[in-house]
Amino acid sequence: MLDFLKPSVSALQDFCILAGRAIRNVVRPPHYESDILLQMDIIGVGSLPIVILIGFFTGVVITMQMARALAQYGAVDQVGPIVAITLVRELGPVLTAILVAGRNASGIASELGSMKVTEQIDAMRALGTDPIQKLVTPRMIATAVMLPMLTIVADFVGLIGGWSIARLSIGLPSSQYWTSAYQALEYNDITQGLLKPFVFAFMVSLVGCFYGLRTTGGTQGVGHATTQAVVVSSVWIFVITSLLTRIFVNLH
Amino acid sequence: MPDTTQNQTSTGSLLRFENVTIRFDDLVAVNNVSFEMSAGETRVVLGSAGSGKTTLLKAAIGLIRVDSGRVFLLGRDITDLDERQLFEIRSQVGVLFQEGGLFDSINIAENVAYPLVNRKTNPLPPDVVETKVEDALRFVELAHTLEKYPNELSGGMRRRVGIARAVITEPPLVLYDSPTAGLDPITATTIMALIAKERDSLNAANLIVTQRYQDGQLMANFRYNRMDGHLEPVPKNGHGDSEGSNPTRTIFMVMKEGHLIFEGAQARLEASTDAYISKFVPQHHN
Repeated sequence: MLDFLKPSVSALQDFCILAGRAIRNVVRPPHYESDILLQMDIIGVGSLPIVILIGFFTGVVITMQMARALAQYGAVDQVGPIVAITLVRELGPVLTAILVAGRNASGIASELGSMKVTEQIDAMRALGTDPIQKLVTPRMIATAVMLPMLTIVADFVGLIGGWSIARLSIGLPSSQYWTSAYQALEYNDITQGLLKPFVFAFMVSLVGCFYGLRTTGGTQGVGHATTQAVVVSSVWIFVITSLLTRIFVNLH
Repeated sequence: MPDTTQNQTSTGSLLRFENVTIRFDDLVAVNNVSFEMSAGETRVVLGSAGSGKTTLLKAAIGLIRVDSGRVFLLGRDITDLDERQLFEIRSQVGVLFQEGGLFDSINIAENVAYPLVNRKTNPLPPDVVETKVEDALRFVELAHTLEKYPNELSGGMRRRVGIARAVITEPPLVLYDSPTAGLDPITATTIMALIAKERDSLNAANLIVTQRYQDGQLMANFRYNRMDGHLEPVPKNGHGDSEGSNPTRTIFMVMKEGHLIFEGAQARLEASTDAYISKFVPQHHN
C-alpha cells in the first residue's frame, strides 16, 4: 500500500549513508587539503560578488518597505533594528544559502554527475581512491567554512544597503541607524544567524554530491541531477530554517 | 582475517567466479556465472550490449556487489570485503574503462601517475614517478602529450592514455572494458595491437570485454615481437587437439542475457553452430 514511499525512503537512507561517510572522513586520513582550498575558492570567493550584490539590495528593499510600514506608527527611526534583526536572523542566512544552492549545489551535481557518467568515479574507486573522501568531504568542508562567512558578508552589506536608504531617502542620522541596529542584536540572534548557514552548508553540499553521484543515463541524466540538486536543496533550506527558528524562538 | 583458509584453496588463480549472480532491480545482469582465470591467460568476453559483460568486469574488482556467489581476486575472497579493504586489492589490478575513464581535471602526466602517487604502500620518489610516466606514455606512443588535458585528445588517444595508466604499476592482471567501442576499425586495431604488446611485454593476464570478435582474434593469433617491435602472427603448429593449438593461451567467453553460454579456445568457438555465437563469429567449418 505504501509502496509509493519506497523510492523516497530509500533515497533518504542513501543520503544519510553518504552524509555519515563524508562526515566520518573529516577525521580520517588521507586529507586532500588542496581540494578543500580549491573548493573554498570556487564556493566562497566565487560566490562573493553575487552575495554582495543580493545582500545590498535586500537591505535596501527591507528598509524601504519597513520605513513605509513604520511611518504609520510614527516610528521610522526604528528601521535600523528591524533591518538588523530580519537580516541577521533570517534573510541573510536563507538568501545566501539559496544563492549558494543555485550556484554550487548545481555546480557540484553537474561536475560529479559528469564524472559518474564518464566512469571517472568508477576509475577512482578502481585506482584505490575513495570518491567520498576525495570529492564529497572537501566540498562539504569548504561549504561549511565559507557559507557562514558569506552570510556575515551578506548581513553586513545588507545593513549598509539599509543605511543608504535610511540616510538618503528617509533622512535618518547615520549614528542613530547604526547604534540602534547594533543594540537590537542579541547573542541569540547572532547564534542562530551563524548556526543556520552552518547547517545549510552541510545540507546544500551533500545534496549536490548526492544527486551528482547517483546520476545515471548520460548527459541527460546530468541535467536532471543538477535540477534536482537545486530544487531539493532550496526546499530543505526553508524546512530547516523553519525548524531552527522555532527552536530559537522558544529559547528566547 | 577470517578468509585465510579460502586463500589457500585459490592459489594460482588470478580471478575466480563461483556461481555469481547480480541483479539490478528486476533485471538479472549476471546469472550464475562461474569461471576461473589463471596467470598468463588472455580471456576475451564477447556479448552484445546488455549481455552483462561489463557488469562481470566490474564485479571482478568489487565495483559492483554480487547478490549471490563468490568472487576471488588475486587469491583473496573479495565478496564481503568493505570498500576500504577493496581499495588496497584493487590498486594491484589494472583497469581500462570504456572511454578511458581519465580524470578531466588533471593533465595526462598526472592521470598516468595517479596509480603510483595514490597507492598507500611503497610510495615512489617524484623523479622515479616521472620516468615511469614517460616510459608508460612512450609505450603507447603518446610521449608528447604529457602536459595536455584529456579533452584535448581524441577518443583513441584517450584510450591509449587509459592503457598507460592501467599498466604503469605492472599489475599481474589487467581488465579492459570495451577497449575498441566507438572507434574506427583502424584505430581499433591500433588499440588491440597495444594491448597485445602490453600482454607480451609484461606477461600480464588480460580480461578483455568486447563486442568485436576481431579483437579476440587478434589477441589469439598475434604476438608482439620484442626484437623488431611489431606484431607477428603466431605460427600454427599442426598437432591441434579438439581445442586447437593455443600458444597465446587465449580463451573466449560468450555472454548472453547474463548467462555464460560458451567458454573455450578459438577453434571450438568457430566450430560452434549456436545462432547467437555466429552473430559475432564468422563461421569456417574446416
